[in-house]
Order: sequence, then C-alpha cells, then structure tokens
Amino acid sequence: METLKVEVWRGGEDGKFQAFEVPRRASQTVLDVVTHIQRFLDPTLAYRFACRVGMCGSCAMTVNGKPRWTCRTHVDGVARDGELRLAPLANLPVVRDLVADMREFFDKWARARGRFVPTATRKDDFARVDPRSKARREADAAIECIGCGVCYAACDVVKWNPDYLGPAALNRAWTLQMDARDAGHAGRLAAVAGDAGCHSCHTMMSCTERCPKQLSPTRSIAGLKRASLAALLAGEVEAP
Amino acid sequence: MNARRAEAWLWVAQRGTAVLLAFFVLVHLATIIYAARAGLSAAAILARVHSNLAWPAFYSIFVLAAAVHGAIGLRTVAAEWLGWRGRGADAAAAAIALALAATGWRAVVAVSL
Repeated sequence: METLKVEVWRGGEDGKFQAFEVPRRASQTVLDVVTHIQRFLDPTLAYRFACRVGMCGSCAMTVNGKPRWTCRTHVDGVARDGELRLAPLANLPVVRDLVADMREFFDKWARARGRFVPTATRKDDFARVDPRSKARREADAAIECIGCGVCYAACDVVKWNPDYLGPAALNRAWTLQMDARDAGHAGRLAAVAGDAGCHSCHTMMSCTERCPKQLSPTRSIAGLKRASLAALLAGEVEAP
Repeated sequence: MNARRAEAWLWVAQRGTAVLLAFFVLVHLATIIYAARAGLSAAAILARVHSNLAWPAFYSIFVLAAAVHGAIGLRTVAAEWLGWRGRGADAAAAAIALALAATGWRAVVAVSL
C-alpha cells in the first residue's frame, strides 16, 4: 500500500518532529492524516478540530511551512514527494504537539474592539440596511471570517511586533466600522490606530494570500488607514 | 499628544513624503540624464543653478522630504528587525533626520549661492 511520510511536531516550544508512516488514500485531507495518526499510531497526539467542513476555524496548522486549514486541504495539493511536515500555527505559543495557544489571538480581537456596540433596543423595529450601500458591501466583503488564525500565523508584522493586533482583529474592526447600526466607531478607530494597529501593516498581503475564505484583510486594513487618516485630520483620534 | 496619535501622524508623514519623493526623484533623474546627455560641464550646470531660485527651492524641499522619510523608515526597521523601540530609538531617528537635513541643505546652499 502506498504510504505518506509525515513529520509531526511533538511537545511544547522546545519539542521536535516525530516521523510517522500513514496509508495514502483517495481524497485524503491533512486532517484525515492527523486523525489517522491519533487513532491508530499514537493516541497521545494533541490536535484540534471540530466541524471538518471549513466552518469552525479550529483545525489550522502549519503544513509544509505554510499555515492552512487542514480539514479542507487535500494531501494531493500540498505533499512534496509524498512527504508532509506538520507543526502548530506560527506566531502563537505552543501548548502541545499541534495545538497552539489562541488566547493572544482572540484577546487582540477584544483590544481592537471587535464587539458590536448596539444602538437599538428590543422595542425598536429591525434596522434597515440597504444591501447596495457602499458600507454594507464593504462589510459583506470581509464578514465571512471564521477566526482560524491562518492570517495571523502568516503575518510577518505579527512576528516582528508582538503588540500588532494582526489581520483578523483589524478585519473584524473594519466590518464593524462599516456597520451602520454600530455606535463604537470613534473609540474603535482610536483602538486600531498607531504602532500596534493598522498603521504598522506593510501591505505585504501574506494574510490575503493565505486566507482560506479568500478574504482580503489587507483591503480591510487599508480601509481603516483611510478612515483613521480622515479622523486624524479632523482631530478625532484620541486615546481609547 | 498620545502615542497612538503620534504614530498615526508619523504614518501620514511617511506616506506624504513618499508621494513627494516619487515626484522629486523623477525630476531629479530626468535632470541628471539631461545634463549627462547634453554634455553640460560642471561650470555650465552651476551657472544654470545660480541663475534660478527654483532649483534651490526644489532641492530644499527634496532634502526635507528625504530626511523625514528616511528617518521614519529607519525607525521602523530598527523596531521590527532589531527590536529597538522607545525613546532611544526615537532620538536616534530624530538625529538621523536632522543630520540628513543639515548635510543636504548645506549642499544645496553650497551650489546655489
């Protein structure tokens, strides 16, 4: 039977790669490979997954050096000479094996004020947002993020500047800036300005290149730069 | 001014000077190519520069834009590649900006007056 040579990261930050032989199957995904290892070769292997269909954003790993969602990454597309090398997501602390600590990633969503600030109460009627309006279309283009952390792991600025909020948090902030019902625009713009925010982005587009949902956080960050420039010229960027 | 606003203003200065430099560098290159192709001597170039205040004005702004742009860029390189941030790095970047502006303007004065 044809097999795949798989090297898997074991242990914490100071761990090392362990080699496994996994049977090759048709339409096999990288997540199938990891699951095979855990079920049949080494039950102590730690990894995360939930939905297996590209919705939950929990199975992202580094596959042959690049961050990917493993449930929808076919071995055919990424194996080089029948070899796979799997590691936890970069730019995040390693918990164990293929599990990265996502706390900082999601804490940055909070720091970027990625929370909707409502303006209406339950007594109000539904808000009417024209689907053809510019703001609604901008939000639509960026709204489908599943929070997998692939963009964050791909971003060089995150690596260079640990305070940088990262593509996903800034993308989320942009969708809320484009939400007509949200009341947190001014404070959020201040939160995403400066050295840790949108102004540190070098437009290298690794996030856009790697996003499994084909979103463009780069575009969202450019929108935040424009919006904060306008606020800055109007004297409105204050300490959050 | 809080740090966030200062960073945002530095970003504006960096992008603004980049736009200026795109124009200034093109004019500068075109001038060099013209002077070399036309076979102008150093004396002929100096004579033309002396006769027109537009040249020192052009190069004075060019020097300022280059000094600001270069210093902000080096500050970012220091922060991201060397991990050097804070007051020391800011002071070093300011010193580089002043040194670039001083030497550049000195050259402008030397050939214009």
